[in-house]
Formats: sequence, structure tokens, C-alpha cells
Amino acid sequence: MPKTVVPIGPYHPLQEEPEFFTLTVDGETVVDADVRLGYNHRGIEKLSERKTFDQGVFVVERICGICSTSHPFAYVQAVEDVFPMEVPERAKYIRTIIGEGERIHSHLLWLGLAGHFLGYNTVYMWAWKLREEILDAMEILSGNRNNYAMFKPGGVRRDIKAEDIPVAVKKIDSIVPTLEMLKKAVVDDPVLHCRTKGVGILTKEDAISYCAVGPIARASGVARDVRKNCPYAAYDRVEWNMIVTENGDVFDKAVIRVLETFESIKIMKSCLLNLPGGEIDAKITSVPVGEGIGHAEAPRGEVFHYVRSDGTNRPARHKVRAPTFMNLPTFKATVVGATLSDATIILAAIDPCYCCTERLAVRDKKGKKLYSGAELLRLSQEKTRMMREETAVK
Amino acid sequence: MTRDEALKSIQERFPNDMIEFFDKSPKRVFIEIKPEAIVPVARHIFRDLGARFNIASGVDTRTHIEILYHFTMEDINLLITVRVKLNQDNPEIDSLAPSFHGANWIEREIHELLGVNFKGHPDLRRLLLPEQWPQGVYPLRRDYEEWDKAAVRNRGV
Amino acid sequence: MGMKLKALLKSPWVFHLSTGSCNNCDIEVLDCLTPRFDIERFGMLLAGSIKHADVLLITGSCNRQSTERLKRLYDQVPKPCVVIAIGECSLSRGVFIHSYNCPVPLDHIVPVDVYIPGCPPKPEAIIAGVVKLIQKIEKGNGKR
Repeated sequence: MPKTVVPIGPYHPLQEEPEFFTLTVDGETVVDADVRLGYNHRGIEKLSERKTFDQGVFVVERICGICSTSHPFAYVQAVEDVFPMEVPERAKYIRTIIGEGERIHSHLLWLGLAGHFLGYNTVYMWAWKLREEILDAMEILSGNRNNYAMFKPGGVRRDIKAEDIPVAVKKIDSIVPTLEMLKKAVVDDPVLHCRTKGVGILTKEDAISYCAVGPIARASGVARDVRKNCPYAAYDRVEWNMIVTENGDVFDKAVIRVLETFESIKIMKSCLLNLPGGEIDAKITSVPVGEGIGHAEAPRGEVFHYVRSDGTNRPARHKVRAPTFMNLPTFKATVVGATLSDATIILAAIDPCYCCTERLAVRDKKGKKLYSGAELLRLSQEKTRMMREETAVK
Repeated sequence: MTRDEALKSIQERFPNDMIEFFDKSPKRVFIEIKPEAIVPVARHIFRDLGARFNIASGVDTRTHIEILYHFTMEDINLLITVRVKLNQDNPEIDSLAPSFHGANWIEREIHELLGVNFKGHPDLRRLLLPEQWPQGVYPLRRDYEEWDKAAVRNRGV
Repeated sequence: MGMKLKALLKSPWVFHLSTGSCNNCDIEVLDCLTPRFDIERFGMLLAGSIKHADVLLITGSCNRQSTERLKRLYDQVPKPCVVIAIGECSLSRGVFIHSYNCPVPLDHIVPVDVYIPGCPPKPEAIIAGVVKLIQKIEKGNGKR
């Protein structure tokens, strides 16, 4: 059977960022996948060399909107690693609070999008409505819904007021009942089981060979989490569990993210209620000559920053590596052998940080368009609807 | 495996290829090796020590081009960085992509941003830069200059 | 032309595209559709295809690769069409003004009608910007 090439991208109404995937299909089955990046390349590493260490935090915050805290988290730790030095306790707790707040809102965002791709638009609307509560809590604590600008080399920029803490804790507690309902909707729904179990499996060997990080690796049985393996900030002072599953399919990736949201709520509340007193800033005035490495666990995996300082007030080199850079190549390993209607959900399960990923479209070798991005999405939602009808009939 | 055992295994297996061994702190070790030895050293760290490959950083210094390969041994919270120094005129080194998939994309990126040739890489095409970007212009090099005459660099106020 | 635009803006279909952004503005745009802000009650819908768009919401710092696609897409949009630039990046490229891959700001590529500043602008700001645009066009002061 002649092979057809299916390009996916670059503009899809629901996906925020542009990227270009090309799937080669044989009938309905995907036999190869290729990615073309570059639609979001903004030359941040070169830009960092002309900013001071303090200004660099604002640049890296804008690498990715959803993980806008993880990049500053890793960057300030890289700068502090040049010495190496420790920041005050209160600063560590505040950093953890902001980091976990971001994880909650990012996982809820993913849950909404996954629900949409599968045709559960109610889940989409509920998850994003719930997300507003956590964004309110972040606004109370830091002053902004998204780019918090709380981090600086040596500590944090602003303090959390004591009177804000009970208000924020109340907001966080208010999302737990709805989250339990969403968890049941994901974990117990039989149609969702049919739709996502056994789909897009990433084997443990592939997860290790591709050096995958984050929920992708944990779904395949690889117990990797920077917060547990290389504890930083206040993660070793709070009781929490790393969620690891064995099957590596889309269902496992969804379950991990939902359960991690509960763990994040636990960590955030614990840090808020046990916030130690003291200084929030070690007040660095200059960075010595040397090299530093900082890594943090973003919602998508490990963010890695490397900084080389030559004694001036600007970095000589700043290397940034987002988790999706390691996770996106696993798309090739997971989508080959799957059907076209599953391609969207397999891509969404990687949770591509939209600063470096793209959308899907399908065309045949002569260039004639077979499906657009919206139609591929509709294929995925149709499949769910058909499955639902079948199970209802049974 | 403890930290000392892991570091000793590297030092004992590659005594002639090691140029510098800098034990910076309990969690950070920087090792400089000869460029020819990168594939066996990386394979040893990845397969035998069970480390994860984080990423590779390419740096253009005034005198040479450096590539640092970062590996994390998660069980003992140790980050091993392997450094190689290449000459600026024709930097090239053996590719790690055939050894593990995680190195594939980063070598493509260092190739297009710094101009390093990775021998044996299965597919060394552009990853991030657009098609109309001129060949031979490497943005991360120190001598990079703005080549686009139509670029606007002020805010217009 | 003015009357057609006024009629279209009674229930504008919005097409959103990103020319190389961190995605924060894009998520705030999507947030406008969610239950808290819910712009669907004003008749604003996210259009599936560029051919159905009355309003183009553009975010991002106009990266070289995206700019080509942007020009092509802008030619496909049926005119009259209103262009709204959302976020600092589409205003002047924001922090990325010196980036080697972001040569020109958005208004050097397509004509922009409304600028909504912010990094990212809150959904209230986006809705306020769109409402101001609609009022301006209804009064007859809008271009085209």
C-alpha cells in the first residue's frame, strides 16, 4: 500500500504554539514521525549574555508561560551553584510554594486540554474554571496570575504577608472537592479506559534511551523526579510521595498528573502553614568566576540551566534546556504503530510545553490535504463518541 | 554504588584520556577528557554507572570551543560534567547519537548554533534556525554580527 | 465597508495565532472562553479556520519562521478584518527586542488596529480592549 505523508501543523485553533509534525501513514496506521521546530526559537541563550544576572531572571521567566516559575527556579540555583551557596530558609519555603502553585495550575490546564482532545468538553471547562481558583491564590501570594517575578539569585524578591496565608489556604482547599470529582471522571470512566489504556506506550528501555524526564518517564516505571533525587528548596522538609506507574500509556500519564496535583496541594499547604521566619534574601552583590548548574522539576520534567561566570555582572554563557526537548523525540517512539485518530491524544500526553512544540495536520504525498488539524481533533473526539455509544448499547 | 566508587571507576578506566579532574562540591564533579575518548567515556557513564544524560552545552571561549556533557547519577545525587576542548577553526567530534537517542537533537542544535561537526550523526540537519538563515553564520559564536539589514532594534519612540 | 465591519462585529469570530510566544498570552486568550470570563455570551467564538475569521488575535514576537506563515495567513483572511496585537511581544517584541531571530515588530508586517499591552494582559484587559475596538468602530472612527 502506498505510504502517505501527514503533516501536522503549524496552526491549530486550540493549540497555542506553532510547530510542525509530519506523520507518514500506511492506511490508518502511523509508520513514521518527524518534527520540525523553530517556530518559537527566540535566541534566549544569546540574549542572556547581554543581561545582568538579575535581569536574566525576567528573560527566562518568559521562555515558557506555563512553566514560568521553573526556569527562574533552575536559573537562580545555577547562579547560586557558582559559589556554591545556600539561601535563607524562608526563601526556600517561598520558592517551594510558588513552584507547587505553578504545578497545580499547569496540570489542571493539561487536564482540560486532554479532556477537549478526547471529546469531554465538560472536563475542559471544569478544569479551567478550577484553575482560576489557584490563579487567584497565586495572585494573593505574589501579585500576578502568571509571571510571578518572585525569584532572584540569593533568595526571593518579595515576602508573603502573614494575613494572606489563611486566605490562600482557603482558596487551595476549595479546589479539592472538585478535583476529587475530576479524578473520578478520569480514573473510573470506562470509555476513557478504552480510549487511553494501551495507547501510545513508551517502554522503559525507550524512556531511558531517550533520557525522558517528568511524568513521561514516571509513567514508564522510571522513578525520576528532581525533587526526590536531588532535593532542593524545601522539598526534603515536607512529606510527599513520588507517583510512579508501570504501563507507560496515555492513561498512566493522565493518572500521574492528577495524583501529582493532590501531592502538590499537600506540599503547598504544608509550606504555607509552616513558613519559617527570617530573611528572604542573601543579598549577593557579585558572582565569582566559575560554573554553576541548577535544575528544577517543572510540571513537564527537569529544567536544566548551566551558567558560566567570568567575574563580571553578566553570564559568559547560559545554557537552557526545557524538559520538552528531551520528551518530544519520544513522540516518534510512541506514535509509530498507532492509528491516526489517536495521534492527537498521544501528542497531548507528552504535554508539550507549547514554547517548543507544534500542531498536527495531515496531507498525502501529492500535497493534497486529507485532514486539517481541526479535523484530526474531530477524529479523536468521534472515536470517543463511538466508543461511548458502543458501551451504552452493551 | 557510592560516589567514590563511581568516580574511581572513571579514573581507573580512562587514565590516559583524563586531562583534569575537578571535584567541586559533593554534588558536582567536572572532568576534562581528550575529545577522542568521548564515546567510550560517555558510554561508560551512561550504561555502566546508570547515569542519565541531561544535555550538552556548547561554549565559544576566546581560544577554543568547549562542549560540556552533563550526566546525573540520580541514586547518589551527583552531577558529572565531562568537558572536551575543540579547536575553533574546524571543531569536530564523534557523535553520541548512535549510543543513546537522548543525544540526537542537542547535537543538531550545537551544530547549527556553534558550527561543530558531529561525525557519525545519522541526521545532522537544522533544528531551530529558519530555512532562510544563511549557512556558515553561527549565532552563539563570539564573533557573530547582525547580518540582517532590515532588522529594527529600537522601539520606535 | 464600514457598515460591513459593524455588522461583522456584532458577533465576531476570532482567529488566534501565535508568532513565536511563550504562550502565556495565548492561554489568557483561551481563558476568556472559560466559565469565569465567558466571552461566548457576547457572541465571540474561536474560529476553526482562517477563512471564517473577522478578528485576528496575534501574540508572539514575530520570529523569522513564523513571519512567513503569518504573511501567508494574513493574505488568506477575508477583508475587512481587524487585527489585535496582544501582549508586549507583539507590541514591540518585549524582552526579545535584541534577539537574532526576531528582526521586526508585528506592525511592520501586518497593519494592527488595537494594541493590548501586558505580559501577559489579564483576561479583563483583553476583553476591555476588544470592547473598546467594537465601540470605536460602531462610532465610525475605525479605520477602513
